[in-house]
Formats: sequence, structure tokens, C-alpha cells
Amino acid sequence: MGTRSFRSFQALVLSPAAAAVVSAGDMSGFFWRVAALPWRSIVGDALSRTFLVAQAFCFVHVVEEHVCSVSFLRGPSMLPAVNLAGDVVAVDRLSVRCGKVAPGDVVLMLSPEDPRKPIAKRVLGMEGDSVTYLVDPGHSDASKTVTVPQGHVWVQGDNIYASRDSRQFGSVPYGLITGKIVYRIYLLELDTS
Amino acid sequence: MARAWATAWPYVKGGITGGVFGVTFADWCASITSVGGASMYPTFDAQQANWALVSKRCLKHFDVSRGDVVLFRSPKNHREVVVKRLIALPGDWIQIPEKEEIRQIPQGHCWLEGDNAGVSLDSRHYGPVPLGLLQGRVTHLVWPPNRISRVERKMPEGRIMPKGSF
Repeated sequence: MGTRSFRSFQALVLSPAAAAVVSAGDMSGFFWRVAALPWRSIVGDALSRTFLVAQAFCFVHVVEEHVCSVSFLRGPSMLPAVNLAGDVVAVDRLSVRCGKVAPGDVVLMLSPEDPRKPIAKRVLGMEGDSVTYLVDPGHSDASKTVTVPQGHVWVQGDNIYASRDSRQFGSVPYGLITGKIVYRIYLLELDTS
Repeated sequence: MARAWATAWPYVKGGITGGVFGVTFADWCASITSVGGASMYPTFDAQQANWALVSKRCLKHFDVSRGDVVLFRSPKNHREVVVKRLIALPGDWIQIPEKEEIRQIPQGHCWLEGDNAGVSLDSRHYGPVPLGLLQGRVTHLVWPPNRISRVERKMPEGRIMPKGSF
């Protein structure tokens, strides 16, 4: 049916000279066969598939950004709780938004010294609390007590000997916290023997 | 009941899809926010709320410049978002007007000030602010209609020594 309609189309539109070219050349025949493909439904199909992919992508983004996500931690600063070689953890983003972070929670936050770097620390004090900490745990017993200012939290790594945290850069604004770490997912069973 | 649900379902689905697309767009590209209050007076109206177009493209790499009007999460209260002018970046030296002292902005921080110095609660009050609290850059005013315009970069004269300029 398509072929016939295109033939009639040729007869209607093309000048006699062009019609001669069509009948002579193989290329033009190929062109008409390509043109006769059901382009409308192909494009429609492609568009709907693209829309579906975009929808899935946006859904993943929204869940990851606002509800919960999975993150990979590495480094020595949280040592007993998180492996040196790295752990996959589940991050809860809702409770941070609701302000349900309490002392003792491990949180994921943006480093105040380099906003591109996410860090994981344990919250030790909320606004108004006084926190006592060892200034230099490896070498002396000197301790210091500070009061956490309004809207700030005091964060420290569990491994106080190898952690860069509030003891160096002071208490940090609550707004830097991006998520609360709730579960450790044992995907990486590394052979440590 | 089942029939009512069947009728409503396409609308519910459309709403959810639209919401998801909208939130993603607002997180990645741009959103519209109400900016008001007296602290940015010559730039924004003090009496009525202004609506501004906020670009979120700067959030990924924190590429903001001195003089930009930016949206920040307040360091005093994480539920509050403030709009201020960013006037110094990490490593810059700034002279603080009231105290006659010159200080350097620490790494990863910036200095925010409102245009209306008299009433603005900003870095002069709470010191340098971590860049991680950045929420977006205000590019245009879109409402009320008589104020539709670009928001220009502006710097106070002679108080900032940008890093590497001396």
C-alpha cells in the first residue's frame, strides 16, 4: 500500500525529467523504499522509549537525593565502624531534612575545608552542648571544652588518632550534613587474613 | 471504589511523573525562588516579595565568582535559606568595615554580605561561611513584571584583595 501511494505521489509531483531519473537510477529506488518505511511509528516509539528512560533516571535521582541512597566510604578516620579498605553503606537523607540527627549518629557531610569532598564522621554534640575533647590524643592529655554555637554540630571521627574533624576546623554548620548513615551493607567481604 | 480509582489513576500517575521531572529539573538546572527582605535592598525590593530565577548549574563544581548573588543555607539555622552577595573566595584577603582589621578567608569558605549593610545579618556577624552551604546562584529577577532584569555582578570597591593579585 505504501509503495503504491508513493508511486502516485511520484506521478503527481515529479516532473517528467525527474521521473526519467527515478526509473533509470537504482539510488532513487532505494530512496523511495527508505521513505516508505513507517517513520511515524518508529519516531513515536523512540520518543516514548526515551521518555521512559528519562522518567526512570529522574525517579532514581529523586530517591537518591531526597530519600535514601547507597554510598562508599573509605579511609582510616572511622576505623572500628568502617573498614580501612572501604564499606558500602546505606544513607538516609530524609531524617537530616527533618532535623532528626542526634549525638551518636554517623553522618555523611561536605567537608567545610573542601566542599567537593564528602566526609563521614560521628556527631558528638548538637547546638548548645558542651563538648570536651583531647587536643592532641597521641602526645598529651590536654583536653579542652567548647560550647557548640547555634545551628552547628560537633563532629569527630571514631579513630581520634587519624581523623581530621571538628578538633581542627571547629564546629560545622548543620546544613553541611547530607545524610545519616544507617546500615552497613556487607557487599565487600574482603579477604583480610 | 475500584472504578473511581481507575478513573483517578491516570491523573495520579501524571502528577507523580510531573513532580519527579520537576524536582529533578529544580535540582540540576534552575528553579524559581521567592527572595525578599530588606538585607539586599537596592537589588531586591524590601516591601514585596520578589521571585528570582536561581541557576543550580554552579552546585556541581562550586564555580561561583566574586560579586555573584547567591543562595545559601544559613549557618545559624539549617531550615533557612538566605540570599546574599558573595564577595570573597577562599584565599582572598578582606578588610572588615567595622573592625578595621584585615583577615584571610580560610580554605573552602567564602564571605557573604547583604547589599544593605545596615540591616543585613551576614558574614560580618557570623564570619566566613563554608562553600558547601551554597544552594544556587541568582541570575534573573522574574517577578514583579516591572523589575524583570538580569542580576548583575557587583563588588565593593577597594576592600578585597583577590588571591594572587599581589
